[in-house]
Amino acid sequence: MSLEKEDFLERSKTFWNPAKTQDWQDMEVDLVIDRREGYCLYDMDGQRLIDLHLNGGTYNLGHRHPELVEVLNQATSHFDMGNHHFPSLARTALAEALAACTPGDLQYTAYGSGGGEAIDIAIKSARNATQKRKIVSIIRAYHGHTGLAVKAGAERFSKLFLSEDREGEFVQVPFNDLNAMEDALKGRDVAAVLMETIPATYGFPMPEEGYLPTVKKLCERYDALYIADEVQTGLMRCGTLWGITRYGVEPDILVTGKGISGGIYPIACCVLNERSGQWLKQDGFGHISTMGGAELGCIVAMKVLEITQRPQVALMVRYISDFIRAGLDQIRDLYPDFFIGIRQHGVVMGLEFNHPQGAKPVMKHLYRNGVWAIFSTLDPRVLQFKPGILMSQAMCEEVLARVEVAIGAAREEVMGKGSRRGR
Amino acid sequence: MMDPAVRNLIDIDQSAAAMGAKADILLEQARWAAQVFQRYDRATTLEIAEAVARVAHEKAAEYAERAVAETGFGVAAHKRLKNELSSLPLVDHYRDWDFVNPQLREREMIVEIPRPAGVVFALAPSTNPIATVYFKVLAALMTRNAIIVSPHPAARAVSLDAINTLAAAAEAAGAPTAVIQAVEEPSLALIDEFMRSPKTDVILATGGSAMVRAAYSSANPAIGVGPGNAPVFVDDSADLGQAAKHIVESKAFDNSILCTNESVLITLTESEKNLQREMKKAGAHICSPEETASLRRLLFHERGFNVEMLGRDATWIAEQAAIKVSPKTKVLVAPIQLIGQDEPLSREKLCPVLGFYVARSKAQALTQARQLLRFGGAGHSAAIHARDQRTVLEFAQAVEVYRVVVNAPCSQGAAGFATHLAPTFTIGTGFFGRSSIGENIGPQHLVSWTKVAWNKDAGEMLDATALGHLNHPGPLPEAPSDGVPGKTRPHYQPPPAAASHSDDSLREEIRRIIAEELRAALKG
Repeated sequence: MSLEKEDFLERSKTFWNPAKTQDWQDMEVDLVIDRREGYCLYDMDGQRLIDLHLNGGTYNLGHRHPELVEVLNQATSHFDMGNHHFPSLARTALAEALAACTPGDLQYTAYGSGGGEAIDIAIKSARNATQKRKIVSIIRAYHGHTGLAVKAGAERFSKLFLSEDREGEFVQVPFNDLNAMEDALKGRDVAAVLMETIPATYGFPMPEEGYLPTVKKLCERYDALYIADEVQTGLMRCGTLWGITRYGVEPDILVTGKGISGGIYPIACCVLNERSGQWLKQDGFGHISTMGGAELGCIVAMKVLEITQRPQVALMVRYISDFIRAGLDQIRDLYPDFFIGIRQHGVVMGLEFNHPQGAKPVMKHLYRNGVWAIFSTLDPRVLQFKPGILMSQAMCEEVLARVEVAIGAAREEVMGKGSRRGR
Repeated sequence: MMDPAVRNLIDIDQSAAAMGAKADILLEQARWAAQVFQRYDRATTLEIAEAVARVAHEKAAEYAERAVAETGFGVAAHKRLKNELSSLPLVDHYRDWDFVNPQLREREMIVEIPRPAGVVFALAPSTNPIATVYFKVLAALMTRNAIIVSPHPAARAVSLDAINTLAAAAEAAGAPTAVIQAVEEPSLALIDEFMRSPKTDVILATGGSAMVRAAYSSANPAIGVGPGNAPVFVDDSADLGQAAKHIVESKAFDNSILCTNESVLITLTESEKNLQREMKKAGAHICSPEETASLRRLLFHERGFNVEMLGRDATWIAEQAAIKVSPKTKVLVAPIQLIGQDEPLSREKLCPVLGFYVARSKAQALTQARQLLRFGGAGHSAAIHARDQRTVLEFAQAVEVYRVVVNAPCSQGAAGFATHLAPTFTIGTGFFGRSSIGENIGPQHLVSWTKVAWNKDAGEMLDATALGHLNHPGPLPEAPSDGVPGKTRPHYQPPPAAASHSDDSLREEIRRIIAEELRAALKG
């Protein structure tokens, strides 16, 4: 490590976040991101890393995508964040674009500046529409850190701030458990079920066949709304624009964040249908956000949607997911006692390792081998493995070569040198 | 899709970033297709090429008519023929070439492994818009390359239809998605992006000199072809009747739009009158000096050839030049006294007008033919009609071209349709024509070979069975979409070799499988 970096890390601890800065050093990931381009990050000491973390899909189209940089630059000569009270060309245009490309009867868009804020809007909208308070989510779910969103997620993030639910308004049920879901809804006192289509921070456990459509049916039966958190599964990552449509569900509210900003101007969107958006007719000033729906962000987001919907992109995702999967299958055959599972839908992937903390050494060895991918905070057996939707063939091949080496090294560290290897 | 008015609040469509992205996404897709295509075996590759050629053949007539209607030139019946020749017969011609399997050269202790170029960027001219598309697409398919075709803007609609139809046929036959792609809105700026991109492996450039030179200047490997300006020498020893027929037939073929068409006929004083009589019989009109002057003014501007005349009927051109001809006239013959800079009619003429030059001696005829090609069309084509084979060879040695057609129409002959030359719509003009290849371009130019060479002194023997070890696994298996009915991958089974090594892990594996089955049963 360079002296400059050591010095910087000290200042990071002094002024920014002592524990987090130290935690990364403890995990032997001493990354300080400097330059970034495409799907590559460059550490301040020069190391190149292929980004398979993408900040949860934020850099779905790559870092500093040239068209997004161009559109943002040009937009700054005319627009700024705008005035949140007034009708706005940019906010309306993005809302119209979202209405055109989201499933079912989704119509209105309310804006946040980040995913958590958009989830809060979704919860408030559902409560207003149903005049009920309860929100059902998944055990170990993650929806962000704002007031309501953090209550809907794992206590890991709420307890620390004494912000966990104490009124029994936020109920959590196991994923893929329809009986538990029905039990939670039966009382007809639930405003909405809030679901990540594939729970990301929980290591992408995949919904079982029929699970999500049945949850939607249960919502209808017990008069609850269905909020699809598409922050990580949307924007073509499952091979279609929204992951939820692959499972045949038309949600009452769809939330998109991260990737919709192109990683270049913060914005998140809560798309509502007639029912869930009824407060917009009742009292349009009911929710206000100065930064939410910043016009520059809207213009970038429209470009993101346009690029993502180019017909070639869906085909690229198919190639990338088929190719990476074929390669991962081969790697798994090499280390079958350690690398025990692959969860996949499109380029949403979770790699499962045979150790309670297995993804952490894999992350460390990937980092040493020039790949940045993160373990799942709420299930550290699983590595989140998220190639970008525009990743080139050459880079996918490079990723696989590096992953094979890193998994081998991690396996040796965890299971010892003498242990059995595959063919 | 979004309403364009909505997304264009800020329009960056013409920016460098957008231009780069437009090229990039096609090139990236092509790269994927090329990589997957290289996994295919020979039988499947041929099946795909044949399936595409069949569709091309079926649509040959329709596209010929539409090309004539869209560009306003050429002869539909002839274009149909060209299109047909560039489909099934083309695949047949190369059927016995193996571009897929490794080749064993036992005596030399060398194994050659074919390596496709990868991503081919192809340009098509307005003159042969469909035949060129057919030709380049099939050459790419036979060698397991991906191809991006930029249609000529003058024939854009019909070309796009053809490219997309072939692409659909290829995919239906099992080719990787996007192995054939079209540049939907070709512009100079966009074509430049493709040509300069490091993601392009080779450019197949057929078109105007400017385009071909740009391809060569792109810093990418390019196979470009220069313009033609073929002399045809009719020797005393020729069968004048046959020669006249062939030449008129060739000039009339698609109204001389092939760059292999005869530009100037050179003959000797002794044959002049008889040859002209025979040509008249065959459908030519011999122009008077005034008519020739009128043609010269019509065909050539200060800037060069008047493209209005490109591929037009002889009678239409005659009318424009105020020359009275019989309605059956197929070719206008313009006697000229000079060859070179000072006689525009000795330039390339992509229309049924033929210069006619009388030489005083055979030596002069050869010199003038050589001069004609120095003036234009270097490295391209020439033709000769003669019974005396020594004259044929003398002529061939004199002219700086890479193909000389003997006693046959040059349009069709040099392109490999009336001779045993390789059928092509891309004529390599070699070093004379500032090009990389002097042959008729074919699929073999889109593949290179890795040569595996053993020590010649070690006395090893090549093991032919080892070649079979290089397998072709074919298309990539579809990745699962877990949780989507019918798209979920069954649970992982480790390879048997791994499991058999250790009883412990086998037991553990069995436990896991049983547990999973139990869970599944309980759910059901």
